[in-house]
Amino acid sequence: MAETATPAETAHVDRVRGARRSPAEHLADAFTSGSVPGTVTLKEIPYQAMVGIRVERTSDAGARVASITGGLPATCGEVTGAGAVNALWLGPTEFLVVAPEESHDSLGGTLVSDLTTALGSDEGQVVDLSANRTTFELNGSHARAVLEKTCSLDLHPRVFKAGTAVSTELAHIPVMLWKTSEENYRIFPRASFADFLGRWLLDAMREYASPEVP
Amino acid sequence: MLLISCPNCGPRDETEFHYGGQAHIAYPENPNDLTDREWAEYLFYRENTKGTFAERWVHSTGCRQWFNMLRDTVSYDIHSIYAMGQPRPDTTGEYGQAGGAGLAPGAPTTSTAAAAPTSSEGV
Ligand SMILES: [Zn+2]
Repeated sequence: MAETATPAETAHVDRVRGARRSPAEHLADAFTSGSVPGTVTLKEIPYQAMVGIRVERTSDAGARVASITGGLPATCGEVTGAGAVNALWLGPTEFLVVAPEESHDSLGGTLVSDLTTALGSDEGQVVDLSANRTTFELNGSHARAVLEKTCSLDLHPRVFKAGTAVSTELAHIPVMLWKTSEENYRIFPRASFADFLGRWLLDAMREYASPEVP
Repeated sequence: MLLISCPNCGPRDETEFHYGGQAHIAYPENPNDLTDREWAEYLFYRENTKGTFAERWVHSTGCRQWFNMLRDTVSYDIHSIYAMGQPRPDTTGEYGQAGGAGLAPGAPTTSTAAAAPTSSEGV
């Protein structure tokens, strides 16, 4: 879109922003009061742009898509892209592109249209999934302990390294779990599960607000 | 809880998977040539194996890919995991009676499986 947005474009973006409700918006206060700064905190990062990609990553179309996403991951757990746009591995020919909300076409970005153009008429698909999932950020020295109450994967740092994202289950619901740094996890539940998972995590976090019983 | 090694994702809990029933049932070459009975048997008749059984699974919460598995329906031991389209691995010898003797409908019952009632027998 144009480098300088016209007043009409700005008004449109504001209208889009004002009309939206994020899946865990009603829990924002609970997330704040349930967070234990320095130990474990929880917040929603709403409206991230997400695009589902299906493409053979070694094909020409795969290479074109990869040029926009900063590569396409080759194996389970791998995440490509160093900047704001990242691609997460969902399957051998299936990826989830995650980017900041401004990159969405409805807010003046070009992510979805760029990816659609990159795929062209080749075999595959580009689907705007931005409203499909929301993002929870679980942070702190006890974030892993909270996740370990429900996640059956080995989350020990020697196995589950920072920069890894896997599709798995938390509290019996399917999520993407992305360890972005040593004490920071991004969790992508589908919108309809956001309320449940948000409350579940709050409950799991509660004990860390009290002094540890030796 | 079974721990199933997805060929793409590695070991995951059974709850991440869905079961796809018996493996290696080929779609009939010419469905129109089949009698109603043959068609019904293709659609609905499955073995009810006691012992090593070839079955399909899909990693539905993970990579969403299908694969085949040889699993012992009594001990739940997983003997082999292999790709769709690959033939059933021969595990005879390695696992004693594994290999399917007496498992096909109407197949002669082996002595080791004599005590095993197979509901698919005689169809
Ligand atoms: Zn898998």
